[in-house]
Amino acid sequence: MKVLYFAWLRTRIGVAQEVVEPPAEVTTVGGLVEWLKTRGPTYASALANTKVVKVAVNQEYVPYDHPVGPGDEVALFPPVTGG
Amino acid sequence: MTVRVQAEDFDVGAEIDALTRDRHTIGGVTAFVGLVREIAGGDAVSAMTLEHYPGMTERQLEAIEAEARRRWPLDDVLLVHRYGRLEPGDRIVLVLTASAHRQAAFESCHFLIDWLKTKAPFWKREETPQGDRWVEAKDSDDTAAARWAENPVWPGG
Repeated sequence: MKVLYFAWLRTRIGVAQEVVEPPAEVTTVGGLVEWLKTRGPTYASALANTKVVKVAVNQEYVPYDHPVGPGDEVALFPPVTGG
Repeated sequence: MTVRVQAEDFDVGAEIDALTRDRHTIGGVTAFVGLVREIAGGDAVSAMTLEHYPGMTERQLEAIEAEARRRWPLDDVLLVHRYGRLEPGDRIVLVLTASAHRQAAFESCHFLIDWLKTKAPFWKREETPQGDRWVEAKDSDDTAAARWAENPVWPGG
């Protein structure tokens, strides 16, 4: 599974994207975020407030109960500020 | 579908000319041009850098354009959004809507920029004398976009 980070999530976690292999019990976006938090203090800190962490799976916005699996492209990013 | 995400500047007049040339059903064009301001939150901004999500950004802009075309009778739409480092006065975004009548052109242009600001994956980082900072999303932008959720579809004509 490929995970992408944008804006301050990218700068705080320190990588733009990475390939991860979460355990089989991680089946949803919410589960993935909780598992990512266990990967280190920078993850735990950047992902602490999930109200400001939006998620896209395969480039479409999804809620935290959306399923995720191997082969998915998951993006985590703060609320958008374009325009 | 006409959506462009690019680092380069755009020429508003040339874009309007290209959109309307030899298309005599168009009665009016509304243009919105977003610019970099020199002040944000009371602080001087010397520059900003726009980050985006290549692929998803284009898909979201196309979805937003499709929604505008569903709601209003539009002859054409152009969305251009820049990324990279921009300075005060630089153009950021262009929304053009062309229709037989002005009401559809005005309303759809307003809708497009409101929706774009809350749905298109772009993020701004400002350079200020206090250091660089990520721009935070504004509740007022969500309110502006939400207004359109309740808006009835264009009644026609």
